[in-house]
Amino acid sequence: MSKYIGASVKRKEDGRFITGRGRYTDDIVLPNMTHAYIVRSPHAHAKIKSINVDQAKAQPGVVAIFTGKDMEADGVGSVPNGWQIGEDMKEPPHPPLAVGKVRHVGDGVAVVIAEDRYAAKDAAELVEVDYEILPAVTDGAKAMEKGAPALHDEAPDNVSFVWELGDKDAADNALKNSHRTTKLEIVNQRLIANAIEPRSAIGDYDAGRDELTLYTSSQNPHLIRLLMCAFVLGIPEHKVRIISPDVGGGFGSKICHYPEEIIMSWATRKIERPIKWTAERSESYLTDAHGRDHHTTAEMGFDKDGNILGLRVNTVANLGAYLSTLAGGIPTWLYGTLLAGQYKTKSIYVQVTGVFTNTTPVDAYRGAGRPEATYVIERLMDTAAREMNMDPAELRRKNFIAPDAFPYQTPVVMQYDSGNYEPALDKALQMINYKKLREEQKQARDQGRLLGIGFSAYIEACGIAPSKVAGAIGLRAGLYEGASVRVHPTGKVMVYTGSHSHGQGHETTFAQVAADGFGISIDDVEVVHGDTAQIPFGMGTYGSRSIAVGGNAIYKAIEKIKEKAKKIAAHKLEASADDLEFADGSWTVKGTDKSVTFAEVALIAYVPHDYPEDLEPGLEDNAFWDPKNFTFPFGTHICSVEIDPDTGKVKILKYVAVDDVGNVINPMIVDGQLHGGIAQGAGQVLWEEAVYDDSGQLLTGTMMDYAIPKADDLPSFEIDRTTTPCPDNPLGVKGAGEAGTIASTACIANAVIDAVAHLGVKDLQMPFTPQRVWNAIHGNGNR
Amino acid sequence: MTHTINVNVNGVAHEAQVEPRVLLVHFLRDDLRLTGTHIGCDTSQCGACTVLVDGISSKSCTMFAVQADGREVTTIEGLAKNGELHPLQEAFREEHGLQCGFCTPGVILSVYDFLQHNSKPNEEEIRHALEGNYCRCTGYHNIVKAVQKAAE
Repeated sequence: MSKYIGASVKRKEDGRFITGRGRYTDDIVLPNMTHAYIVRSPHAHAKIKSINVDQAKAQPGVVAIFTGKDMEADGVGSVPNGWQIGEDMKEPPHPPLAVGKVRHVGDGVAVVIAEDRYAAKDAAELVEVDYEILPAVTDGAKAMEKGAPALHDEAPDNVSFVWELGDKDAADNALKNSHRTTKLEIVNQRLIANAIEPRSAIGDYDAGRDELTLYTSSQNPHLIRLLMCAFVLGIPEHKVRIISPDVGGGFGSKICHYPEEIIMSWATRKIERPIKWTAERSESYLTDAHGRDHHTTAEMGFDKDGNILGLRVNTVANLGAYLSTLAGGIPTWLYGTLLAGQYKTKSIYVQVTGVFTNTTPVDAYRGAGRPEATYVIERLMDTAAREMNMDPAELRRKNFIAPDAFPYQTPVVMQYDSGNYEPALDKALQMINYKKLREEQKQARDQGRLLGIGFSAYIEACGIAPSKVAGAIGLRAGLYEGASVRVHPTGKVMVYTGSHSHGQGHETTFAQVAADGFGISIDDVEVVHGDTAQIPFGMGTYGSRSIAVGGNAIYKAIEKIKEKAKKIAAHKLEASADDLEFADGSWTVKGTDKSVTFAEVALIAYVPHDYPEDLEPGLEDNAFWDPKNFTFPFGTHICSVEIDPDTGKVKILKYVAVDDVGNVINPMIVDGQLHGGIAQGAGQVLWEEAVYDDSGQLLTGTMMDYAIPKADDLPSFEIDRTTTPCPDNPLGVKGAGEAGTIASTACIANAVIDAVAHLGVKDLQMPFTPQRVWNAIHGNGNR
Repeated sequence: MTHTINVNVNGVAHEAQVEPRVLLVHFLRDDLRLTGTHIGCDTSQCGACTVLVDGISSKSCTMFAVQADGREVTTIEGLAKNGELHPLQEAFREEHGLQCGFCTPGVILSVYDFLQHNSKPNEEEIRHALEGNYCRCTGYHNIVKAVQKAAE
């Protein structure tokens, strides 16, 4: 019986956060700890002619200064690329501190280690680097042009890979034979995740035991350990412990393995003292992996009734200066495979070119590939509806995959697990009072007001899986999740998960699963995450995989323990295990009142005074869950916006979201994930953009220049759900962390364009800043 | 060169020697080990470092520790009294007004000051009052609800 699953249980972790007792990496102080400051390149592209550290080294408080050459001489490897895209992929080396050449502003050149952060920063200013400045290129398409500056000897044309998926001939034919086609040029601009906690890393080497502990604000400590041990430092995993304590947001930017983690881990062994590095925000802007940055042309063909026949997509993905951990997989496998959306598109072909430029490396940002795919499809759908003079809701409805068609095989690899798309659309239409809203829009136009309505019917792929598929598509890791569950003699339960929580509330959600599994109070469950020494193995948190993969691993471990516990209960009750049933935290002999509670069994498990020989004491187990497929949440979001014609400023009037994330463990937490996701999508549409000048300087390098949505910029959101359980996992869950962002970007963009389309504005590129919108309204083009 | 400062933090008197350039937030975090006050940016935009100085919400990354000499500072650690959470803290938990929790201390302290001046705010006023604080997790939806609840 579910007491906790499905209930909005208040979060167990909140107590420490609201009282200032959270423990983030930068909060940690170790005895004899030093502080690091990294000297970074002010140039986007330059040869390092020399580095002089003499004057800096002589400063008070300086402990050591190292450069890339010191690390190279010590045999430290390249920051690894975790995802191979095709056998011809160009994977140039990425030294943790630059050697010979810098390739983006912020590329690390030297690390200064001192007694305190002020001393380190003072000394860093005295490190003299002699650069020979080279021409730079920041735009993906321009980097492919003949004569563009080449970043790496290994990729003289700056192309890392060209990837394609789908049947090109079939898509070409479908478009040729279409009654009409809709074509768009789409810029999915570069974004910066802006987790409010800047990244931090503390290296702590214990020379006596030859053991290294790295505290790092990472979304996946085990993966960082694997990468660092196997590919970079060459030290064995059992000598390395990675701890990611409380982490203040990640949004994808804390997935990748960063140079600073390597530098602190290597340098602490050199000086045999702990070293802390914490980014300043301006440093975060230059060195946290950026997101998106696609330039796409897309064509969708329809028959005369509005049925989609084919889709052809060509995307240039700007990867930045180096391949970040998952850089290759995001604009390819996590993007191209989602281009069917919710629609029964017969033929799809997509080509993606991954390009190096003199910009910060690009990696996952909330949704990672899926928002980009949804943006392409849903912008095309709204545009096509307008061109065909059809209602955008009805064009979508007509093309939805039917509920009896699941599991549904798309033309681009994916097999959707379950779905029922119309009820979500209908509910959203009802919530926003669509008919009335369209009438209001007409009236508003008559009064010269600019009111727009936008749609987004999205699909998400969560819990990337299974491992054999991951391997087949070049991902250099498995994609299961690990869990360990330990029952103490007093009946208290520890849950150790390989997922990592950085705001998602795992300590509560996972405890709900365990409390219901054992029929105990949630107060008797403690969830532990983020420590490789405590948790057998894990893959971390990204891609909305925590409940879909991590939650099911916990479920599986609980089931194993219950099998064992049942034998103990049978022994205690002097009954056959087959005659026992488990309910409300007790095993009962069927048809009798003879029973034993979970807590009693727990005690007997560790006090086995009268055990028979074949019964093993103890009550704990590990499990790994390797899903058989991705999960595919979906939904429809609709919003209305009003534009001030005098200023071009967009105001979101109403935002409704109907999401189907399968079964829900904690509705409050799921709603919270959706709220945050919608806000981030809104940020991309209306304000956010990483802007470089032609020399490769990041112009949006502080929070004063990069516009994150504030409370004042957003409305409250109206959220509802339909429930189509996932058939492939016992909890029936799908995942919810990224849905909001995946849906809202296209939704709000479509609304803005709907508001101004009657003025002759056919298209706009994000972000739809007041200036851009005003210019579009007044016929001055996009900028 | 250091200066001697006397600061009352959360009701406890501290005498300390600080360099004149040391920021209040570093003094609180590094010297007093009160790590509930966070640093999220270099430019006073994010508000994670907000504390009360003589009862007024202030960004502790924009103040030098020497400027706090002779003043009273309240950090998130000083908000609960006698083991009882402040109603704002309760409300944030009740309404799921936090996720990663990193911005939360700053948000709570800036709203604390706001509610002293406007005890019955509407949604628009609350949203405007949050102008100095970024939250990247919640989309502000539940923060607004938490402030409304605390104001009740």
